[in-house]
Amino acid sequence: MAQRQTTDVPGRREAVDRFTSDSRRRALKARRLRRGGLALTLVVPAALAYVLFVVRPIFLTIQYSFYDWDGVTPATWVGADNYAALLRNPELSGSILNAFELIIFFSFVPVALGLFTANTIRGFATSRLAVVARTVLFLPQIIPLVAAGIMWSWQLATNGLVNQVLRLIGLDGVARAWLGDFDTALPAVGVIGAWVLFGLCMLLLLAGMTKIDPALYEAARIDGAGPFREFFSITLPSLRQEVVVCVTVTVIAALASFDIVYIATQGGPGNSTLVPGLEIYYLAFFQREVGQASALAVALMVLVLAVVLPLQWINREGDS
Amino acid sequence: MIVSRRERWLGQTLLVLLMLVTVMPFVSLFVTALHAPGTYPAGLSWPETPHWSNFLTAFQAADMGSLLVSSVLIEIGVVPVSLLVATLAGFALGHLRPPGGRFIFIGFLLGLTLPFEGIIIPLYYQMRDLGLLNTRWAIVLPLIGLYMPFAVFWMRAHFINMPEDISEAARIDGASTWQMFWRIHVPLSMPALSSLAILLFLWTWNQFLLAVVLVDDPTQRTMAGALGAFQGQWGTDIPLLCAGSLLILTPTLIIFLVFQRRFVSALLQGSLKG
Repeated sequence: MAQRQTTDVPGRREAVDRFTSDSRRRALKARRLRRGGLALTLVVPAALAYVLFVVRPIFLTIQYSFYDWDGVTPATWVGADNYAALLRNPELSGSILNAFELIIFFSFVPVALGLFTANTIRGFATSRLAVVARTVLFLPQIIPLVAAGIMWSWQLATNGLVNQVLRLIGLDGVARAWLGDFDTALPAVGVIGAWVLFGLCMLLLLAGMTKIDPALYEAARIDGAGPFREFFSITLPSLRQEVVVCVTVTVIAALASFDIVYIATQGGPGNSTLVPGLEIYYLAFFQREVGQASALAVALMVLVLAVVLPLQWINREGDS
Repeated sequence: MIVSRRERWLGQTLLVLLMLVTVMPFVSLFVTALHAPGTYPAGLSWPETPHWSNFLTAFQAADMGSLLVSSVLIEIGVVPVSLLVATLAGFALGHLRPPGGRFIFIGFLLGLTLPFEGIIIPLYYQMRDLGLLNTRWAIVLPLIGLYMPFAVFWMRAHFINMPEDISEAARIDGASTWQMFWRIHVPLSMPALSSLAILLFLWTWNQFLLAVVLVDDPTQRTMAGALGAFQGQWGTDIPLLCAGSLLILTPTLIIFLVFQRRFVSALLQGSLKG
């Protein structure tokens, strides 16, 4: 016994240490669990609302998409037929292509123009003119898209402001009912989107630019870098996060566009401005092809994720 | 910073031009609204006699009074509840960090970029089965759920930056988690909460898809939904349509001009985080 005690002294100390650290850890764990239980209870209301009105509908959409259903009579299982139709039916695939074409206007134009503008006014971002511009350029962001649609339908009408300006500068031949013409309707809708999204992009990029250390620019100028070199070597690399955000927001706005198109063209003339959001609405609530509409809805959700996830990944990669 | 005069001049011209492009549609809307009802004026022309009465006609035609009431009721139903529920969840996930919290958070994140069109069909049948179609509840309930990913994300981002010491100090003073939450964390969260409130207010006011699909009666809709109905009804009478659109825009514009700084920073932050 005594022998064991002496030999065990170091071991016992270890054991005691282990015991106390164990018990402390256990106590901590118990506290964390107790607190954890409370914490999880606090999440319940939010999770409940989310599951009930977002998660459940997502799964239901997926379920509907495998059926032929008019919303009233019993549904029949059709497997992947509705998805095959997305590729075969030109009206459906056309709506997706239109959404991609809108990306040029909703995303590329505001981001490119925003970068250019923010870069030109970077030097006097705190002047009174720039402060006023901050408010004015933000107006399109706060009004409902429906209002933007109504306003611009009127600007782009035969008698509207756009044609008035064109006639004023001698371009009478170009003037037309922009939203009623097969060739120009989709770009015209795109212009409305660009008008709405430009201010947000510009201000986001400008805010990002003001965070860049001015010493970098001083150094570049001393080294004899021109404005182009400066932009591509200093400004653009420092703005990766802001650019990713702008692209994400605007691409989602293009793919999921509904309000503007609904008001400005209802998808016409023909199907030249039909976008997935509008087609889902027509199919589900007017033509009563709930299964087909759901398949398009699933495709739209997958498309958005397919665009957003790689962008987020680029952003994450850059941070680490 | 070194800025040459030529660069500055170019920048200012560009800025003025862009502001003009932004403002012209509003101006055109306004002058068109003053033309005689039923006419088809040019895009930008001052009428011989301004018909200010158009605004009154549009006010009555659109039933503006009840539209305002409806939108405000929807806001009251959506914004406070969303704020409370999201703050509780954000506090739990960001500050208390329960086991499994990470997975719950990722679950919320997946809904962050969901296009509303993706789930509008089941929502319709869900609301029909609940007997809520054509009531404001059909807009209020789904919106609370749809805001959760962003709102929880936003509040969690705020609480995760709160130092643990604050809570430890409160705990040593004998505060329960509940007291700690209301007495310390909520008051400290006011800036984050008010920005979130602005965003949710704006998104609700401007919500169109849910209003169009789930509610037929414009007087039970959001402002944007009502505007859509107004266009459908008066789309052929351009001056009246312009007057009505302006009226429907006015509340948002006034609120924006009053709180513009908060709005701009909230929206910029909102998109940066989202």
